[in-house]
Amino acid sequence: MKIRFQYSYFLALAVLFVSCAEDNYTEPKANLSGRVVYNGEPLGFEFNQVALQLWQPGFGKLAAINAPIDQEGNFSSILFNGDYKLVFPKGRGPFRTIVQDASKKDTVFVTVNGTQQLDISVEPYYLIKSATFSGGEKKVSVTAALEKIIKDVDAKEIENVTLYINQGQFVSRATNIGSKSIGGAEIANLTSINLTVDVPTILPTQSYVYARIGVKIKNVEDMLFSAVEKVSL
Amino acid sequence: MKKIAYIAIFLMLGVSWGCDDQSFLDRPPTSILNEDQVWKDESVVLSVLGNLYNRVYDIGTVKDWASLSNFNDAFWSEAGRYGSFQNNGWGNGDWATWDYGYIREINLFIQKATVADALKPAVRDRFLAEARFLRAAYYFELVKRMGGVPLILEPLTYDFSGDPSYLRHPRAKESEIYDFVISEMEAIKELLPASVAEKSRATKGAALAMESRAALYAASIAKYGVNTPTVTLPGGEVGIPASMANGYYTKALNAAKEIIAGNAGAYALYTKKPDLSENFSSIFYDKANNSEVIWVDDFKLKSGKVHYFTGANQPRFGAEEEEGGRINPSLNFVEMFEKLDNTFAPIPTVDATGKPIYYEKQVDIFAGRDARLAGTVMLPGTAFKGRAVDIWAGYELADGTVLTGSDRGAQKTLPGQSIPTQVVGFDGPIDGFEFTAQTGFYIRKYQDPVVGSGQRGVQSEVWYVRYRYAEVLLNAAEAAFELGNKADAAMYMNQVRERAGLVIPLTAAEITFDRIVHERRVEFGFEGLYLDDMKRWRIGHLIMDGNPIAQADLSKDLGKATKRNTQPWGLWSYKIYNPGAANNGKWVYKPIKLSRVTGADRFQLGNYYSYIADDIVNNNPLIVRNPNH
Repeated sequence: MKIRFQYSYFLALAVLFVSCAEDNYTEPKANLSGRVVYNGEPLGFEFNQVALQLWQPGFGKLAAINAPIDQEGNFSSILFNGDYKLVFPKGRGPFRTIVQDASKKDTVFVTVNGTQQLDISVEPYYLIKSATFSGGEKKVSVTAALEKIIKDVDAKEIENVTLYINQGQFVSRATNIGSKSIGGAEIANLTSINLTVDVPTILPTQSYVYARIGVKIKNVEDMLFSAVEKVSL
Repeated sequence: MKKIAYIAIFLMLGVSWGCDDQSFLDRPPTSILNEDQVWKDESVVLSVLGNLYNRVYDIGTVKDWASLSNFNDAFWSEAGRYGSFQNNGWGNGDWATWDYGYIREINLFIQKATVADALKPAVRDRFLAEARFLRAAYYFELVKRMGGVPLILEPLTYDFSGDPSYLRHPRAKESEIYDFVISEMEAIKELLPASVAEKSRATKGAALAMESRAALYAASIAKYGVNTPTVTLPGGEVGIPASMANGYYTKALNAAKEIIAGNAGAYALYTKKPDLSENFSSIFYDKANNSEVIWVDDFKLKSGKVHYFTGANQPRFGAEEEEGGRINPSLNFVEMFEKLDNTFAPIPTVDATGKPIYYEKQVDIFAGRDARLAGTVMLPGTAFKGRAVDIWAGYELADGTVLTGSDRGAQKTLPGQSIPTQVVGFDGPIDGFEFTAQTGFYIRKYQDPVVGSGQRGVQSEVWYVRYRYAEVLLNAAEAAFELGNKADAAMYMNQVRERAGLVIPLTAAEITFDRIVHERRVEFGFEGLYLDDMKRWRIGHLIMDGNPIAQADLSKDLGKATKRNTQPWGLWSYKIYNPGAANNGKWVYKPIKLSRVTGADRFQLGNYYSYIADDIVNNNPLIVRNPNH
């Protein structure tokens, strides 16, 4: 029988693939997900800006596993089972973390074992109580009410309140086709803020936009947002 | 036959027994120098020091053209770089540096030079002072980018005991690192030569210039840090108490005054050439008796140490290589240059009633402005290396429509003609066409006018200027202003402005914070100082606020420190084609936002100090992380 060497490469390749299955770990399967909430209500953020850090001690070198939070305040991460510590990086997020006790401080300890839901409570500086959007001829208006939640020494002023609109569902500082701001000093009444933004020409034409309002708080990087709403023009 | 073999074997044995194996095998290496040899010979020590000089860190340098033109002062006309104008800011880890290997080698150099008795004392002292200069320069770089860092002044050595934790050092306070830089410069300034001719090695002038800059940075962080209260750490690793501001300003002013008084040599503003714009761009390439330049990263043709800045950025049309035109200064940057009567005004494309203004010559629109504009930016209608740049976007026809092409120098038939003619410049601008002047401008600063500088095989020996006398003057102006002495501030600043053709002096009352910021922006555009300036004044997050720039915003807030600069705009020129009409052959200009510019940059609070990598914190848990990370 004549040996055909050119097939030996395929054989070697096949062996390589088999080996891969042998010497790797099984992939992580546990899904830890949840929301960032205040009084049980999820808070809105800018996509991918605020991140929850997951630390798993006990394996030598430490590095945070970032679980970015989406627009509606959800996070999720696929993990190995084990003990994790959840923290927000200091200074991130339009909220104050809740200190549980002296030893834990604001760290959330969680034992992940299989798929798990976990809501994390925080105290936002402000809360968007309501935001009613209405669409008109090439215009989007909003009437919103805010409530100041933190009134003690950590209280912070509003830098501005902005109405953002976009063609798609991602509406934020980074992705918008129009915005209208009102400065914090110009807001006379926190419970009735009115903003109107002009809708630019959209190609291809669509009869709706997505809108939401954001609150920029002084000396805080991340903004607080209302839920995204589809507004018919 | 066997006999011969035996004889040969015995002979070989005899020979090998006959010589001293130890000394035969133990030979000095011919390819490396050992410690004793190095520290005996001045010129060898100098080459060791030369290696340390070559490793100085610069946030912007001519070796990397993009590093000099960041932050929307320019659009990058290279297809692979458009992403920088489509994203929304910078990563937390950008600009991070943590090269303690470099510090260790400098410390080793200092340790060994201190005991090198074979060197002449004067020579040794100078070497030592230079090494301390470089070490302080790197600590200065570290503190600018990372905040306070562990201050290591001895070469650390591991004893292999299994426990390296004694090598861990916590971060020093930010102010302590600045204090270290200032005190080192004070200590070594007299050991360094006060020589204006020495540019690439440390001199007294360089030491004082660094002291002045460091003290000024520390002072402004102390004073303006209150505007960003979250950019601090409780241990002082980031942030300097406001009470220290005046002390630092005084030190910055005194160090600058020492240079101005001539104690470090006869430094003066460069004023060799009568054409003020040409004069300004010559500062950066004239290496003969340049009285302004204090310390540089020098390059030399045919030595292996050359750079390709000119090749990357030369006007594309008629370039020495089939590339160039990468840095396209933005309209936002161009509009910052004042008019000669010290007022700010947008580039006049339309008159008060909104009608377009027609210009006889292309370059007329920029007439009557700060000479530094044409010295920094290559304007349409000007020339480089004796060849006019061919920047124009097309013909504007009688009915207002535009006739243009999609290739460099494309040809089309004008109405009423039968043969095609060129309808767009060979240098563009063509939207989305890389290496053309997409914003309508090329860069002029740091471009080398020597023939061959744009060739890959030759490249350029233009130096990168780290410190120059104009900065010393503006440091003095800023420090004097902050200390309440506006008359002195005006006096220092007016010297720099006069060289740029702004001969009407500013009065003391006209000196404001905005003026200080603005003067540094136009004087030091594309010199790598913009980022540090934005950071120390804590205005980065206000300039880069994440909001796009509309056309109406362009002309607003000119001359203000916090003028928004989130996107680069362009300014395109069109030739009028309307035979018989009065305006035929004249030029009109239109601002344009390029289609590749879709993102608006936002400078985050976490960008003020870079992210300290996880492996650094893992190796040394005493390291405190920077705020907002």
